[in-house]
Amino acid sequence: MTAPTPAIEVAGLTKAYGDTTVLDGVDLTVPEGTVYALLGPNGAGKTTIVNILSTLLTPGDGEIRVAGFDVRREPAGVRAAIGVTGQFSAIDELLTGRENLRLMADLAHLDRATTTDAVQAMLERFELLDAADRRAQTYSGGMKRRLDLAMTLIVRPRLIFLDEPTTGLDPRSRRELWAIVRELVADGVTVLLTTQYLDEADHLADKIGVLDGGRLVAEGTSAELKRRVPGGHVSVQFTDPARLAVAAATYLDATADHDALTLQVPSDGTVAGLRRVLDGLDDDGVAGLTVETADLDDVFLALTGHAAEAPVSEAEEIPA
Amino acid sequence: MSTTATYTVRDSATMLRRNLLHIRRYPSLSIMLVAQPILFLLLFVYVFGGTLGAGLPGQQGGGDRTDYLVYITPGILIMTVASVALGTAISTATDMTTGIIARFRTMDIARVSVLTGHVLGAVIKTGFAVVVVAAFAFLLGFRSDAGALGWLGAIGLLLLIAFALTWLTVGMGLAADSVETASNTPLFLMILPFISSAFVPTEAMPAGLRQFAENQPFTPMINTLRDLITGTPTDSDLWLAIGWCVLISLLGFLWSRRLFLRVPAK
Repeated sequence: MTAPTPAIEVAGLTKAYGDTTVLDGVDLTVPEGTVYALLGPNGAGKTTIVNILSTLLTPGDGEIRVAGFDVRREPAGVRAAIGVTGQFSAIDELLTGRENLRLMADLAHLDRATTTDAVQAMLERFELLDAADRRAQTYSGGMKRRLDLAMTLIVRPRLIFLDEPTTGLDPRSRRELWAIVRELVADGVTVLLTTQYLDEADHLADKIGVLDGGRLVAEGTSAELKRRVPGGHVSVQFTDPARLAVAAATYLDATADHDALTLQVPSDGTVAGLRRVLDGLDDDGVAGLTVETADLDDVFLALTGHAAEAPVSEAEEIPA
Repeated sequence: MSTTATYTVRDSATMLRRNLLHIRRYPSLSIMLVAQPILFLLLFVYVFGGTLGAGLPGQQGGGDRTDYLVYITPGILIMTVASVALGTAISTATDMTTGIIARFRTMDIARVSVLTGHVLGAVIKTGFAVVVVAAFAFLLGFRSDAGALGWLGAIGLLLLIAFALTWLTVGMGLAADSVETASNTPLFLMILPFISSAFVPTEAMPAGLRQFAENQPFTPMINTLRDLITGTPTDSDLWLAIGWCVLISLLGFLWSRRLFLRVPAK
């Protein structure tokens, strides 16, 4: 069997506005049926990449093929294969949820019977049945995002771009959206998502690309990225201060937190390393222990030299 | 190629349905746009009509208020078209600020259908507005000897003018960098009829103004419409009016299409 065409192939992509370089030679390949997360702070170039891949922007330089089509020469082919849900809601607020979905089905030239069934199925799947005949402008932020996604999915694209899909959503809506993305992948859909939330990339992506200042500074699975940076440790909880003090004297590289009665002992996460830590502990002095690997925050800091930007503040959230 | 044409028609119909829903959901804008020419009609007939009617030529000892109503009705009808066109610039500019336009751009659809949807919706809206304003003129006492052919001609001409002004204002809506700009740029369409044959005969104007008034596009349109709805034979102004409409439509269409189809640089 020959290797199937990747859903996205980007080589040497650049983009500049005047003297300002926004993308500086990005290479990335996304195989079919996988989730690729572009992780980066605001201004890293995430949205620019999505806009170029979805034919909204012309690329500077580089070879870019989406679903096997060249974005410059065959934009119609690209558009027929993709679905896009951006960070700003792409719904018609004067229309009802049902009318919005119908609009998408009509523009995809589905026949009447298929349209009616598909609209109903989407309303059910995205829990919008009760609000189906209300104007979308009356929807909450989470409902708008669900409708937005339903409009993208109703025409069954094989490749979906999600540009900061959970920015401004409450935790419950975020979880729901994650569940939907997992369902899509189970159906064989390819997803490219951008996010500034490290845990989102961690939860969803098969592969993560860390974007900073228009360059991919690292790429790999969540586990691979975490292994590249130090920061893993064993956290031991003690029963009383005296025992903590004894242990702290034994592990010279450990950090003790006397208020919380915990000791953080650096560890590489291997069984041998863990055993070394455990061998030095007294059985009845320990209340509990956890093994912690580096999280993506540590990764981001190590790779880019600066912390991931704080998520959008309350004031900038998309209003409900 | 024929499938492309079929899809363009089908997508335009879909977009027209979208725009008709917008008109239904947001009626206050339409009501305001119809109220404006009706106010002008009332103002000119009842405040100025007595005096201005007496100055109308071709009547023995001048005309009265009703003669003046008949004189200004064609101008008011064309101002109705202009008024709705003004609203089209606003609604087009507003639409461009919504996220769904970006979604349309990422879809494999006939892109120009986004514009034809606006234009067809606006022309239908104009039709309703003109009917309302014309009914109002009849209510105030407008009567004419025009035959069915004259009225058909008048409807045809008004549709043509609506089509032309709509393509022009869709372009203005697309070119505007904000909704506020879009509501200002087409204002000249409401001013121009005042410097035409709409309210007083151009002969009464001083030389420079008169030349402008006689050669600007609204004057042949108004003169032709006046001939058609009063049962008077049309003259060369008919061809001038049609010529202007075709020219404005074509330029407006090409301009709008260029503005909408360009891939943004940023």
